[in-house]
Amino acid sequence: MGVIECDGSNDMEAIMEIMNDLDWSPLWISLKTGAAATFISFFLGIYAARKTVKMAPGKKAVIDGILTLPMVLPPTVAGFFLLLLFSRRRPLGILLYENFDIKVVQTWLGCVIAATVIAFPLMYRNARAAFEQIDVNLVYAGRTLGMSEMRIFWTVVIPSAGPGIASGTILTFARALGEYGATSMLAGNIPGKTGTISQKIAMVIQDGDYATAGIWVAAVILIALAVIILMNLILGKRMKTVKRW
Amino acid sequence: MQRSNDERKGNQMGLAVRIKKKLGDFCLDVGFQSESSRIGILGASGCGKSMTLKSIAGIETPDQGEITVNGQEFYHSDEKINVKPQKRKVGYLFQNYALFPTMTVAKNIEAGLKGSKQEKKKRVDEMIRTFQLEGLKDRLPGELSGGQQQRAALARIMAYEPDVILLDEPFSAMDMFLKDRLQQELIEMLSDYRGIVILVSHNRDEIYRFSEELIIMDRGAVVTSGKTKEIFANPGKREAARLTGCKNISRIQRLDAHRMKALDWGAKLTLQREIPEGTAYVGFRAHEFIPVWGERRENCIRVRLAGQAELPFEKNFYLFPEKEKADSCGEEEDGEERQDMQNLCWFLQKDKWRMLEDKGMPDYLQFREEQLLLLS
Repeated sequence: MGVIECDGSNDMEAIMEIMNDLDWSPLWISLKTGAAATFISFFLGIYAARKTVKMAPGKKAVIDGILTLPMVLPPTVAGFFLLLLFSRRRPLGILLYENFDIKVVQTWLGCVIAATVIAFPLMYRNARAAFEQIDVNLVYAGRTLGMSEMRIFWTVVIPSAGPGIASGTILTFARALGEYGATSMLAGNIPGKTGTISQKIAMVIQDGDYATAGIWVAAVILIALAVIILMNLILGKRMKTVKRW
Repeated sequence: MQRSNDERKGNQMGLAVRIKKKLGDFCLDVGFQSESSRIGILGASGCGKSMTLKSIAGIETPDQGEITVNGQEFYHSDEKINVKPQKRKVGYLFQNYALFPTMTVAKNIEAGLKGSKQEKKKRVDEMIRTFQLEGLKDRLPGELSGGQQQRAALARIMAYEPDVILLDEPFSAMDMFLKDRLQQELIEMLSDYRGIVILVSHNRDEIYRFSEELIIMDRGAVVTSGKTKEIFANPGKREAARLTGCKNISRIQRLDAHRMKALDWGAKLTLQREIPEGTAYVGFRAHEFIPVWGERRENCIRVRLAGQAELPFEKNFYLFPEKEKADSCGEEEDGEERQDMQNLCWFLQKDKWRMLEDKGMPDYLQFREEQLLLLS
C-alpha cells in the first residue's frame, strides 16, 4: 500500500489495486462489535429506563446522572476507568481470568464492552424519553385488566414507545460502530482481532496512507447512511400507527 | 345479584370506602358506604373524586384507610392489605378510553383475557357482537370514531367480567351531540350488567341521569350522600346545592321559626314549614321563580335587569335585587349590606319567555315556598 500519485486516470486503478489487497477484517470487527454492543445496550438501556421512570425524583436525578455519564465524559476517560477495572492486575480482571478464563483487555470482548459503555446512554435516554411520553393510563388500563407488569411492558409500553426505542437502537448502533477512544484504550488495535474501522483509519492516516483511509471513511459513511435511511423507513411506517393517540 | 361474587363472598353486594391521602394543598379524606349498584360521585375538577376512583381500582394507593367491595377487602392500611389492581377485577373506563394504540380492536379486547386460544377467541367474538364492533375488529383505535372507541373500551372491560366498573368522567371531552348519544348508549350497554358501577363526573345532568345513589365531594371531603333524586330535591348543604346546579344561594339570618332574611338578596322570606336552627343559607333554583306583575305577593323580590343571555331553548336573566320599601319589608336596609347583594339568576324556557314579550319584565319575582332549599 503506497502513496498514490495524483495524475488523473491512474487514481482509479490505484484505488482498485488497494481494494483488491484490502484487509476487510476491520469492517467485520466493527459490525460485530456494533451489533453486540447494540444488543446488550438495547436490553440494559430499556431495563434502566424502565427502572428510572418509576423512581422518586431525587433518586432518579442521581441514577440518571451516573447512567448518562459515559456519554458526557471523553471516551478516553471512560476507557481509562474500564482499563483500571478489567486489568488483569486488579480484582475484577483477576476474578474473571482465573475463574472463567475471560480476558477483556486487548480482546474483542474489550471492544464490545468499551462500545457498550459509550453507546449505552443513547439507548437508555431515548428509551426513557419514549416511556415518559406514554399515556400512563395505558399502563393503568393494563393493570386493571389483570395484565402482568411484564406483559404490559412488552405488549403495551414497548410498542407504543416504538419510535423512540427504534431511534435509540439505531443511534446506539451508529455510536458503537464508530467508537474509538475507549476501545483503543481497553482493546487496543490488534489487526484481525480488535482493529475496528475507526482505529484502522487513525492508523493508516498516521502512516500517511490517505487512499486507504478514504476507502474506510467511505465505508463508514455508507453504513451510517444506510442505517439512518433504514431507521426512517421503519419509523415512517410505524408513525402512521402510533401517532394518533 | 352478581354471579362471580355470589360464588365467592355470598351476597355482600356493596361498597365501603374510608381513605385518606395527601393531595397537593389539601388532604383527601373521604368515607362513604353504599349498597346501590349505580353510584355517582359529583364534584368540581380537582376535588379528589378521580383519586378516590383510582384508589378503588388500586392504581393509586391511599396513605391510609380501608376499601371494601362486595365484602372483599381491597385495601386496609392497618392490616397491610393492598390487593394488586390485577387481582381486584375492577373495570376502569378512562376519559380517553386508554385503548392500546398499537393493538387492533380484537387484540385490545383480548388483552386481559386468560385461557386457551379458542376460549379467548370465542369471548372476543362474543364481545364484538354484543358491542356492535363487527367490521372494526382489525382496526386500530386511532382509526375509530369516539363512539366506536367507547364501545371498544367497554367491550374490553366487559370481556374481563369485572365485579365493579368505574367510569372516570367518560364524557367530559365531548361535544354536546355526541355526549348525549354516548351517555344513552352507555346506560343501555350497562343495563344488563349486574355489578356495581360508579360514575365520577362534574356534570350534574350526567350524574342525575345515571346514578341511583349520589356522593357529593368538595375539596377532598364528602359533602353529602344519599339517593340521587332526594339530594337534588333537598341538597341540605350549600356546596351540594351549588354542585347540583342551584344558581341562587344567599346567606340568611333566621328571624324566628318561620321567617328568615336572605342577606344577599335583601328579602324577607316566610315559610309554612319550620326553619331548622342550623340553617345558614337558602338556595333557589333558577327555573323555579314565578314572575309577578302588579300587586306584590308574599315572598316576592323586586328586581332590576342587570343582564341577559339568550340560549337556543331558554333565556337567562341576571337580575339585581332592588331595595325593598320600608313599609313592605319592615326596617330599612343599610347601605353597607346593599353592596353585598348578589345577582339572581332566572332561567326561562322558550315557550314561557314569549309571555314577557306581551307583558314586559315582571315587577317582582316570587319564590315558591316549597322550592326554597334550606341549607347549612
